[in-house]
Parts: sequence; C-alpha cells; structure tokens
Amino acid sequence: MQYVFDFGAVFQAPYLEWLIQGLYTTLALTGLAWIGAFALGTTLAVIRLADVAALNFLISAYVAFHRNVPMLVHIMFWYFGVPAMLPMAWVDQINAVGGEFLMAMIAIALVMAAYIAEDLRSALRAIPSGQFEASRALGLSYLQSMRKVMMPQAFRIAIPTLVNQTLLLFKNTSLAMAIGVAELTKAAREIENVSFKVFEAYAVVTVMYLLLSLLIMWGGDVLARRSRLAGGH
Amino acid sequence: MITFHDVNKWYGDYQALADINATVERGEVLVVCGPSGSGKSTLIRTINRLEPIQSGRIEVNGEDITRKGANVDEQRSHIGFVFQQFNLFPHLSAIENVTLAPVMLKRANKSEALEQGMALLDKVGLAHKAQAYPAQLSGGQQQRVAIARALAMKPPVMLFDEPTSALDPEMVGEVLQVMKALAREGMTMVCVTHEMGFAREVADTVWFMDAGRIVETGTPEGFFTNPQSPRAQKFLSEIRH
Amino acid sequence: MWEILSDNWLLLLIGQYPNGPMGGLVATLSLAALSLTLALPFGLLLALGRLSSRRIFRYPATTLVYMVRGLPLLMFIFWAYFFVPLVIGRPVAGFTTMVVALVCYESAYLAEIIRAGIQALPKGQMEAGRALGLSHSQTMRRIILPQALYNMLPSMMSQFVSTVKETSLAYVISVQELTYAANQLNSVLLVRPFEVFALLALTYFTLNFILTGIARLVELRVARRRLAQPVQAVPA
Repeated sequence: MQYVFDFGAVFQAPYLEWLIQGLYTTLALTGLAWIGAFALGTTLAVIRLADVAALNFLISAYVAFHRNVPMLVHIMFWYFGVPAMLPMAWVDQINAVGGEFLMAMIAIALVMAAYIAEDLRSALRAIPSGQFEASRALGLSYLQSMRKVMMPQAFRIAIPTLVNQTLLLFKNTSLAMAIGVAELTKAAREIENVSFKVFEAYAVVTVMYLLLSLLIMWGGDVLARRSRLAGGH
Repeated sequence: MITFHDVNKWYGDYQALADINATVERGEVLVVCGPSGSGKSTLIRTINRLEPIQSGRIEVNGEDITRKGANVDEQRSHIGFVFQQFNLFPHLSAIENVTLAPVMLKRANKSEALEQGMALLDKVGLAHKAQAYPAQLSGGQQQRVAIARALAMKPPVMLFDEPTSALDPEMVGEVLQVMKALAREGMTMVCVTHEMGFAREVADTVWFMDAGRIVETGTPEGFFTNPQSPRAQKFLSEIRH
Repeated sequence: MWEILSDNWLLLLIGQYPNGPMGGLVATLSLAALSLTLALPFGLLLALGRLSSRRIFRYPATTLVYMVRGLPLLMFIFWAYFFVPLVIGRPVAGFTTMVVALVCYESAYLAEIIRAGIQALPKGQMEAGRALGLSHSQTMRRIILPQALYNMLPSMMSQFVSTVKETSLAYVISVQELTYAANQLNSVLLVRPFEVFALLALTYFTLNFILTGIARLVELRVARRRLAQPVQAVPA
C-alpha cells in the first residue's frame, strides 16, 4: 500500500492553528487544574493533621471516592450529571464561559487534589516526630509550625511524587476531548479527520506530548536537586 | 593452594590493595586481621572474584583465575565463601538452600544432593532444622546453614569473610565450633576475623594487614605475643582494651 | 437512582449480550485482567533491560519506558485503533485494540514496579548466588526474581486497580464496557443524567474499593512472610 508521508501538510493553515489552539488549551487546562489541585490538596493535608475524627473520615472518604473512580467518569459526571441538578440560571452562566473546559478543569482538579493530599500525608508522616514538638516547644503556634517547619519539609520529601502527579495531571487533560474540549488530542483527531494524514497528525502530537512530558520530568529533577540540603536528604 | 602475585587494586583513586605477594598452602588455616579499611575483606573477595583486580595475578589450585576468558562461575563453584551477612536465600528452606547449587550445576542429582545436604546440616548441628526457613532461624543457625551451603559444593578451599561479626556474642561460639572442626579435618581455610581466640587455637598462619598491604606474617603465637611491626603492636593493644 | 439500578443492572453488568458482544462490568474486568496478564512478560523484559549492564539493552528499554510515561493513554488507544488493523491486514474489534493499547501502556508501569522490586533486594543475594558458582541468569531465575515478584505483589495489585480505571477509556472507541453501557443508558433515559453517572461512579468505586481492600490484605500477608533482611533473626 503506497503511502506518501507529508508532514509539511500538518503544519499548514488551518491545521497549524488547530494545533496551536489545542496546545494552548491543554496548557491552560493543565495549569488551572494544577493550581486548584495543589491548593485543595494542601488544605486537605493540613486539615488532616488537626486529627479531628469526623474531618478525617470525610477527607478519607473524599480521597477514596476520587481515587477509585476513573478520571473519565468524573469528567462525565461533572459535565453531564451535575448541571442537571443546578438551577437553569447557573447552567446558562457556566455554558457562557465554556462549560466543557470548566467542568473538565473542576473534575481533574478534584481528582488530583486527592492524590496530592495522600502524597503530602505520607510525606508529613516521614518527617521525624521531634520536629513538630521542637517547634511548639520554641513557642510557635500550630499554624506557624505548619507553615515554617512541617510543610516545607513535607514538600521537599514529596517532590518526586508531586512531579509524578503533575505529569499525570498533564496527561489526563487529554480525556477532556471526550466532552468536546478542543485540546491537543482532539486537534490530532480533527486534523486526521479532515486531511486523512493519520500518521503525520498523530506523530506530531505525540512528539509534542513527549517534549512537554520530558520538560516536566526535567523540571522536577532540577527542583529536586535544588531543594536538596547539604549533606543529602 | 592460593597464590597472590603482585596484586594491586584501586577503587578510582583510592588504592585498596598494594603489592600483595603471598601464598596459602594446601591444608593451611590462615587468619587475616587488621584495622577496618585495611583491605582484608577486599583481599579475600578477590580470591573468588567478587572484587576484580587491576594488576597482578591470583592462582587458585594451580589455575590462574584472573586470566582473560576464565570461566568465573566454574571457578567459583570450587571455592566456598561464607559472608558476614549470611545471605541465605529467604524464600528457600535450609535444606533447599544447601541443595540448590549442587543440583543446578549438575554436581549431583536430587536424591544425592538431598542425602549429602542432610549430612552436612547434621555436621553443623542443624539436621532438625532442615525444613525451617531463614527467618525462623537465629543468626548463629543461619550462619551455620550458610557454611553447610558452601560445603555442599565440596570445595577444596573455604573463605570466611568476618563470619561472626554480625552475630550476637552468645552465638559466636557455635559458629566458631563448626569452623574449628573444619580446620581439624584439614580444610584449607582463609578467615578474615577479629576472633583472636579462634586464631590462636586453630590457625597456622596470621597475616596482619594495614592500608592495603600485608604488613606482618607469622604464627599466631608469635604474632599475638610478640608483634614485630609498630602498627601491629598498636592494633593489638587497642583491641585488648 | 436505585430503581435505575434495579431496572438496568443487566445492561451494566454484561452489556448487550446476547444481542451484542459481552459488555458492561464483565467486559471491564476481562479487559483489565487480560491486559495486565499479557503485559507481565513484556514488563519483565523491559525491567531486565533497564537493569542490564549492556547499553544495547539498557538504552532502548529506558527510552521505551520514558516514552510510555510521557504519552497519554488516549494517544496509545488512537495509535492502536488506526495501526493494528493496518499491521494485521484486516479489521480488528475494539476490544482487541484496547488490549493492545493497554498492554503497551501497562508494560512500562509494570517494568518500573518489577525494577523497584529487584533493586530492593539486598546486594548479598546476588553475591551469594554467584559465589556458589551460579551464573547471572541462574541467580536471577531462582533467587532474585522469585523474591522480587512476590514482594511486588501489592504494587501489582494496585496497578490492576489502575488498569480497571483505564478500561473506561475504551468508551472513546466504542468498546462496550461499563462506561459505554452507562452512556447508552443515559441516552435512553435522557432526563436522569445525574443518577446515571452517579451510579456509574458508585459502581467503579465499589469495585475498586473491594480490589484495593484485597490488595491491602495481600500486602499484610507479604509483609508477614517478609523475606527478611539478612541480619534479622529470631533468638535461638
């Protein structure tokens, strides 16, 4: 079967615009979801430390639910299911700003927050117990101890896993295409649908994903190295 | 039995062994001692090539083990090695640990290996623990099984790398007892150890090492009562306190 | 929501069988089990490649693992969707495509698990095997791998849970597993999307919660028979 490879075609308009738009959407989705996931995950981890039984149970339930249900199902739940329970006015508002993007972002952020909360929890447990006692003994309040002593150490320990979660988050944005978000994978499909250059379209997008992933992994390495204390930790 | 010719070894820039020239005769029981970092463990590990050397030659049983193209696995099967950390295989029972190598390397069929293995376990006093797993055995028991495992290959020479250093004091005796019995049977043995009592009782020769060199050699009596070199004198006075 | 469940549980369980291929929850589980099982030998090869002292094995293995880690599963699925039929020369069922994609994807993750398991063993195990005269591969086969694979059982079980979740992506290529069945249901009922998708989420939750529980039991069992570090002994 004769097949002429034509990579040049993929980079012509309008395909190039689709690619750039897709890349932009993917990055925006990744960035915004990451901020949400990180903020929520950290908050949950800190709340857990207060060791209130009822709160612990709620947070454990949250984590268990978001980790056991597939990401795609979360996205579908938020996009198809949740609007059905909201008042019409809200739904119109949401759709005005771009419902698919918003719902995908919320779903991804909530799920990754669960993973981040768990990672920070293990990291906090890995800190020698004397640390917290020492800071309280010096007179620092609970919040101050958290901010200045515990969380910085926890983050340092958790960097490898957090980088992994970032990578996972980035890859999960591709699932948003299932509800119509015009991110990178969808761009590949669109190009392939119209131009029939299946291999070229997918190859280009594959390379883009790989480059971005390598960038994230490399950035993580740099971060880990920079945060390493003298004498190794 | 074992000969070192101009052996030198480096780890990067650090010289671990320097100009080793020495011989171990058949049937000789040799104890190698010295301060930590002196290279005594490294030396014994070069004999079965767990450590490579950069220059020189080592002969075991007439064969140059350091020549290019030598079959390392074949050579090792004729040298018994007992580790400080025992290194028993935790997923196998004691008797399975002992019979694994003879069967896999086709030195004996399963029933022969089993018979000989049980005899060896009996010899080290652990026939009743043949079916036990390493996690169920004490340190002293594990080390004795390790000795039986090494003996199962019927090697002409046995190497012991600080065999009792990882043991609680009350278990050291049972392992030394096995080693003394082996010595009396005429086995060629090289032991890196701090157990001076053992050395005085069964060793024929003592090598004292410091900073990668063999500084002094002699009989145990001679070495322990009248060390010649200042470094040996310092070492002996320190371990007495 | 419960009446939706009681009315339609059969659809969710086995899809449109016998009026179509076996689907629903059964398809989900078979996809996951089949893919992970087939991925094991490849994962083992990749792990051994990554650990090899020879660059000719190490470089390709490491590159492959990094590539899989860097690419979303969805891209693998689309690659497989278009190119498996091309390679085989005839049309291929969605189920098969999904298996191919999952095997490629999971092999890399299994490789990392196995590699961690092998590297976690004390160095003395390999040395003891070699000191007896066993070759590298003999020691690998009889000493290292049996221990490593057993120790890694809990991690492999949680990887199975991940695979179950990943099967939901088969929806995108119209494989009739659980998520697809739920969407079918939704397009029929139309006015109850919240209940349908809540039900879908709860089904996955229950399934994976049970599987994770089993994994934890396995972990306890493995830790109990924990193949001890060398100098950890019971008093005589």
